[in-house]
Amino acid sequence: MSLFLIAALPFLGAVFPALLIRAGRNAAASAAGLTTFLALAGLLIHIPAVMRGEVVTARFDWIPGLGLNANFMLDGLGFLFALLILGIGLLIILYARFYLSREDPMGQFYTYLLLFQGAMVGIVLSDNILLLLIFWELTSLSSFLLIGYWRHLPEGRQGARMALAVTGGGGLAMIAGMLILGNIVGSYDLSVILQNKELIQASPYYMPALILILLGCFTKSAQFPFHFWLPHAMAAPTPVSAYLHSATMVKAGLFLMARMWPVLAGTDAWFYIVATTGLITMLLGAVIALFKDDLKALLAFSTVSHLGLVTMLLGFGTKIAVVAAMFHIINHATFKAALFMTAGIVDHETHTRDVKRLGGLRHLMPITFTIGTLAALSMAGLPPLNGFLSKEMMLEETVHTTWLHSHYLVPGLALLAALFSAAYSFRFVGHVFLGPQRDDYPAHPHDPPVGLWLAPAFLVVLVVLIGLYSAAVVGPLVAVVSGAVIGGEKLPYYSLKLWHGFTPALYMSAVATLGGLFLLSQHKRGEQVWNALPRPEAKVIFDAIVNAGTKLSRWVTDELHNGVLSRYAIIFVAFTVGLGYYAYTTGTIGVVTRVPLPAQTIPIIGWICLVGATLGIMWFHRNRLLSLVLIGVVGLIVSIAFNYLSAPDLALTQISVEVVTMILLLLSLNFLPTETPWDSSAGRRWRDAAISVVAGLGTGALIYAIMLRDFAFPTISDFHLANSYKGGGGTNVVNVILVDFRGFDTFGEIIVLGIAALIIFALTEAVLSSNVRSYLLNRKPHWPQSGDSHPLMMVVVTRVMMPIALMVGAYIFFRGHNQPGGGFIAGLIVAIAYLMQYMASGYTWAIERQRFYYHGTIGWGVLIAAATGLGAWFNDRPFLTSDFGYLNWPPLEEFEWATAMLFDTGVFLAVLGAVMLALDSLSRFAWQPGMAQEFPMDINPLRDDPPEEEQEKEQV
Amino acid sequence: MEALVATAVGVMTAAGIFLILRRRTFPVILGLSLITYAVNVFLFATGRLALNAPAVLNKYEDVPYTDPLPQALVLTAIVISFGMTAVIVMISLSAYLSSKDDHIDMTAQDCVDAPGEDA
Repeated sequence: MSLFLIAALPFLGAVFPALLIRAGRNAAASAAGLTTFLALAGLLIHIPAVMRGEVVTARFDWIPGLGLNANFMLDGLGFLFALLILGIGLLIILYARFYLSREDPMGQFYTYLLLFQGAMVGIVLSDNILLLLIFWELTSLSSFLLIGYWRHLPEGRQGARMALAVTGGGGLAMIAGMLILGNIVGSYDLSVILQNKELIQASPYYMPALILILLGCFTKSAQFPFHFWLPHAMAAPTPVSAYLHSATMVKAGLFLMARMWPVLAGTDAWFYIVATTGLITMLLGAVIALFKDDLKALLAFSTVSHLGLVTMLLGFGTKIAVVAAMFHIINHATFKAALFMTAGIVDHETHTRDVKRLGGLRHLMPITFTIGTLAALSMAGLPPLNGFLSKEMMLEETVHTTWLHSHYLVPGLALLAALFSAAYSFRFVGHVFLGPQRDDYPAHPHDPPVGLWLAPAFLVVLVVLIGLYSAAVVGPLVAVVSGAVIGGEKLPYYSLKLWHGFTPALYMSAVATLGGLFLLSQHKRGEQVWNALPRPEAKVIFDAIVNAGTKLSRWVTDELHNGVLSRYAIIFVAFTVGLGYYAYTTGTIGVVTRVPLPAQTIPIIGWICLVGATLGIMWFHRNRLLSLVLIGVVGLIVSIAFNYLSAPDLALTQISVEVVTMILLLLSLNFLPTETPWDSSAGRRWRDAAISVVAGLGTGALIYAIMLRDFAFPTISDFHLANSYKGGGGTNVVNVILVDFRGFDTFGEIIVLGIAALIIFALTEAVLSSNVRSYLLNRKPHWPQSGDSHPLMMVVVTRVMMPIALMVGAYIFFRGHNQPGGGFIAGLIVAIAYLMQYMASGYTWAIERQRFYYHGTIGWGVLIAAATGLGAWFNDRPFLTSDFGYLNWPPLEEFEWATAMLFDTGVFLAVLGAVMLALDSLSRFAWQPGMAQEFPMDINPLRDDPPEEEQEKEQV
Repeated sequence: MEALVATAVGVMTAAGIFLILRRRTFPVILGLSLITYAVNVFLFATGRLALNAPAVLNKYEDVPYTDPLPQALVLTAIVISFGMTAVIVMISLSAYLSSKDDHIDMTAQDCVDAPGEDA
């Protein structure tokens, strides 16, 4: 099976449990199990190749420009982890089916589990570090969902948040480290990176990369001082704990250290950072675990300890230590998953996980007792179980390790950790299953149904088999995996067997076992000492740090973002002016190459009008109506200027936009105060004026300088001019650019315009459905209303003009491709034709005659434009490529058709719909009941009696 | 001619910025409209000025054309700026109708945070 499929299967399968849960819990569990089984089967197909030491790959160049390739590879190391993830995943799916209660949403559980599983498989199969980082962050996210699965429990939520903060934060550090690594090598492909040990270790960026990557690994694998999140993640349901903390999530950090081992290990920095961290974690975890009364907390700290053990072995940097580390990963996964499931069974059957309330369960739960005891003894490191073998190898390695010239420090501390490890393992057996039977269990304990104990039993069989026949059962696998880790070099001699003779490791094992038994016998006394000792509580520290961070960011946000918009505006303007000044003082400017055009009289008059009106707005802006009139003057002059300066399309657009903008502003002014009161101090006004004048001077000077110089580089406009007719079939180059050369931009713009109109509509709906409505219905207008709200003259004139205006719109539209005009302008003109009816005959009258919804007009416009663009695909052309031709129908002159015309239709409809929807929404503010008129005009020429009396009658 | 366009752009920019620094919604809307004019003319003028040379191809004789690209950009900018103006007008109108206040600045009282939602 392709590696793509193996990695994708869990993600694809994640859909099914969520859907199938309606068909029952068995259906959901089966779907999850089947998916995992298929992926596992696909993986196992590759056994022969992997065992031969080959690397199975699957390549897909996704974004080669960024070095982001979806490359997967399967070597021994990836195979081992994928096997653990999928194999134990399958057992967990079985176990969880019987563990979760009826109230738990099981579909969600399996969906989260499969998402997590997919992310993990992705990590171990990735051959590209960017891809690996994506999967890495996905595990943080999906484990957040799993840990917080019991969302009704505050511990669950807090634990999930803590896990996400710690592992996600470490993941961010790792992204930086990986990017540095990729830059050193010049490739983001793992297989390339792994070939460049010398290059990486000689680089000055080796240290930062190492530290950042290790931060990611240590947080994920719960190494000191980031170990605290793991025990808090125990608030999750037991299947999650068993899965995340035995075989998968926390092993991801170990995986990455092993993966990077060939290029990162072997330096002093690696040894002292990794081995020391591992050693401290191993010892600390073991000591704390002994004094935990919660079964799962005990197992959590023991997991921390064992992760430290593997980290330490990887840190040693020797090949034989790698073999021991890989072997221990296998062993730990088997016995720890079994132990977690056992703890879950005990919790499930006795309703408590408190060691102090348990004891004497061996007769009540014989099966559970057997499973738990075998697994725990393996954890303690007793022969002939598998834990013994790898622990022996670990102790043997420590004996050969010197730490800062000390031969005794590492073996001594490792022995101490092993001793505590033995003690807590014995406690797991002794204080839960042995001892006198009690009569105060919270529930009557008995062995669970087979569904619950089958999975741990299977694992315990493995524990025993690996212990007895290690060379036969896992020997080849360990050899292949270790070979993959050390990068294909020859493995040193080692043998996986129970009896190595009287070695130092054997004596140390014996001391650890006996010492562990002794420690357990003294547990009560030890506990008193332990409880008397001052201990930093990690959660308190973590919460304090998080609170301090929250306070700091809130303070920064409040200071910067205090809701005073005018302050943001002035900061923005001042900053931009500063940037401009910087550019002005540091940049260079070419010589003047253009002769200015002579200024004629009429443009000077226009200029005087424009500047006068602008200054007038500034001066009279408190009188809002007057300033609207003045801004109309500005807009008019700007349109005339466009026309004068050879831009007829712009002139047409500007003047029609001017009309609708004015109507919009007038309508809004109807509801706003008519005067702007004085509310800034004189000093503030002078400051604002100074900044504005500087900004204005700068802008004016800049455009003046630009206009007097030719282009520094050849422009694309010449291409447009040359190809407009040949390639686009139109002589109006501006229109051809809009609908053809840059059609995609235009497509985006009509969508934006449509969205703006929909926002306006939505805002209107929201405001009018609030209590504003009653205010609007009762408000008094600012100005006395005209006695004749729909003057006869205007009504008649606008109705007469309607067809003419529509005709003009059609004319402007059709000539657009060759002469000034086009969809934008035609849309605006038709919108104005409709607006005239609204104004003259009233909103109600117009709305009653409205045959179509403006939303739909916008939608059709966008759809037609899109369909035109898609049409190009059917001719194997890129999106929005246009086609055109010429038709000759006598007696008409030859005329041209172009697909761009259809696109322009879309533009026309979208613009028309957007303008109408915006103004229509605004008009609804003014609507009042009783405005509907029976007759199209206030005065009905056919009637004798005046309408006022009619209305009065109705009111009575 | 260039000097006229440049000074007009400068005056409109200055007036626009002065108005957007006011503290009520309506002057800010006016200021944004003025800045829109200024920016559109600015963009248009980057294509350099030309008289009687619209970018409409003449089949019969070889005549100079002005730069069509800034014009195409400005054309859509004009229409989009209408959409933008309409949205801010609507937002300020809704805000005024809901609170009977057309100040753009939030006061310290408005800024009182909702109590933290973290457990």
